Amino acid sequence: MEQVTGQGQASFARAPGLLLLGGAIVLAYILLAILAGSVSGYDPDIIDLNQLLQPPSALHWFGTDHLGRDVFSRVIHGARIDLYIGFAGVIAPLLIGTLVGLVSGFFGGPLDALMMRLVDLTVAFPFFVLVLAIVAALGPGVESYFIALACVGWVTYARIIRAEVLVIRSRDYIAAARTLGLHPLYILIRHVLPNAISPVAVYVMTDIALIIVFGASLGFLGMGSQPPTAEWGVMIADGQTYISSAWWICFFPGVAIVLLGLGFSFLGDGLASLLRAGR
Amino acid sequence: MGLFQLLIRRCLQLVPILIGISIVVFALVRLTPGDPARLLVGPRVAEEVLVEIRQRYGLDQPLPIQYARYVGQLIIGDLGHSFRYKIPVSQLIFNHLPPTLFLVCYAIVLTLIPTLILATVAARRQGQWPDHVIRVIGVAGMTMPVFWLGIMMSRLFGVSLGWFPVSGYGEGFVDHLHHLFLPAVSTAIWVTPILVRNLRSALLEEMDSDYVLAARSKGLPEGYIFRRHILGNSLLPTLHLLGVLVAYLLGGTVIVETVYAVPGLGQLMINSVLARDYFVIQGLTLYFALATVLVTFAVDVATAAIDPRVKL
Repeated sequence: MEQVTGQGQASFARAPGLLLLGGAIVLAYILLAILAGSVSGYDPDIIDLNQLLQPPSALHWFGTDHLGRDVFSRVIHGARIDLYIGFAGVIAPLLIGTLVGLVSGFFGGPLDALMMRLVDLTVAFPFFVLVLAIVAALGPGVESYFIALACVGWVTYARIIRAEVLVIRSRDYIAAARTLGLHPLYILIRHVLPNAISPVAVYVMTDIALIIVFGASLGFLGMGSQPPTAEWGVMIADGQTYISSAWWICFFPGVAIVLLGLGFSFLGDGLASLLRAGR
Repeated sequence: MGLFQLLIRRCLQLVPILIGISIVVFALVRLTPGDPARLLVGPRVAEEVLVEIRQRYGLDQPLPIQYARYVGQLIIGDLGHSFRYKIPVSQLIFNHLPPTLFLVCYAIVLTLIPTLILATVAARRQGQWPDHVIRVIGVAGMTMPVFWLGIMMSRLFGVSLGWFPVSGYGEGFVDHLHHLFLPAVSTAIWVTPILVRNLRSALLEEMDSDYVLAARSKGLPEGYIFRRHILGNSLLPTLHLLGVLVAYLLGGTVIVETVYAVPGLGQLMINSVLARDYFVIQGLTLYFALATVLVTFAVDVATAAIDPRVKL
């Protein structure tokens, strides 16, 4: 996934703070997702027609929606789905991009040229438009979204890894390994990969946040998770009709997305300054 | 090498990209599960009609020939027909273009001044609290889902306070400004942090350079050095990024326009996806890609024209 960022100049002293804060937020979400059943208090899908559109109260902390479902329970259960979208969605782009970047940067030649043209071609499309077009072709649903991510999202990883590999390739220890007669694949996996992977670790954090936001956007547009799934984007779409009378249906799922996004961003930023300080 | 030669070389680099785009866009519809002939005429048609449609549109031919045919149509500007609107896709795009263009320009105008101010403050107070505050607000702005922000803002400023209309495009320039204010702000909130990050690090880099040290040692005041030397040198990379971002803005309007019911290309895209109007999706994807490539091209050329150090 394409992301334009400048270089932050965070100092080493601040890095653990950001890292801890981000890690705490993400961990809290993961725990909530695992324990959703016992934390939430209500079944997220249970319809209670006596409790329609109730404002937040001691009984229903985040209020209830147009079917009387408890918004707090739905937001908590939504963490399961949205975290799943984020973690599962990042796998294919990460693996494909890393593989392409490694091979293409290390071996060079016509394969590299071809891969880089493919990268140029992919970034010629606005990210969300291409994802949307692929999802439209395959039919709505989270699986289509994952396929679209695999087709489009690998590009940034390939670029990051390739840039690292081009630098590492000319280092002395690689030359030494070659002189020893080690197999190129062995050098690639044993020596190049571990040294090239750290910027990717940083980007994965940002990428998971983006994948969750875009996944929720698809859910909102009716192209991702389908109702009545308690997915945050779907919930916001549900609440949009009642926005003037019952703001809480839309409000809380959105806050859940923003907070989780902040968590992953802090984690990424903290990791980045930690790695910079380590170099 | 003269600018003219650079232009020609850059134009030649465009050719493979354009061919690639046409292949991807062609494949998008062909890979769709189901019979393309049915996509053309809709679901409820007799078998004989389908056979005739296949023959007329060459759908019974091998894929390479179908592709050649598609490119031939593209060259004369024929993007096919929308079966929902019953008009040519090119005309449909043309009709929906003005609100989107207006929105993108509006969002950019709203972005520029906050970007300059925030980046300047963050860079000059590097590592102090204003820098941290701007950074955190920026991260929040970037991770905030545009559609949620849109709904919340239209509820607050549109419904509760009644300051702005919550949907539509309006009539005439001033009315457009009024109608598109909230959509443009929603977009700007998401773009500004990216530009601020970039300009801030460009400023910091320039502040460390030798000519700034030289200016300081001459005893020039800090404010003067900043305005006169640092700012100018930092703007170019940010302008370049802004050009790249225009492409993202075009994609971003897809969601914003849906939330605020702006009758632009983004809304057309969503409605076509929901209605499975494949030739409109295909045409729009092509249009968005072409716009992206051309904007990037224009920005590259402009950067090279302004800054003699830049090589295309």
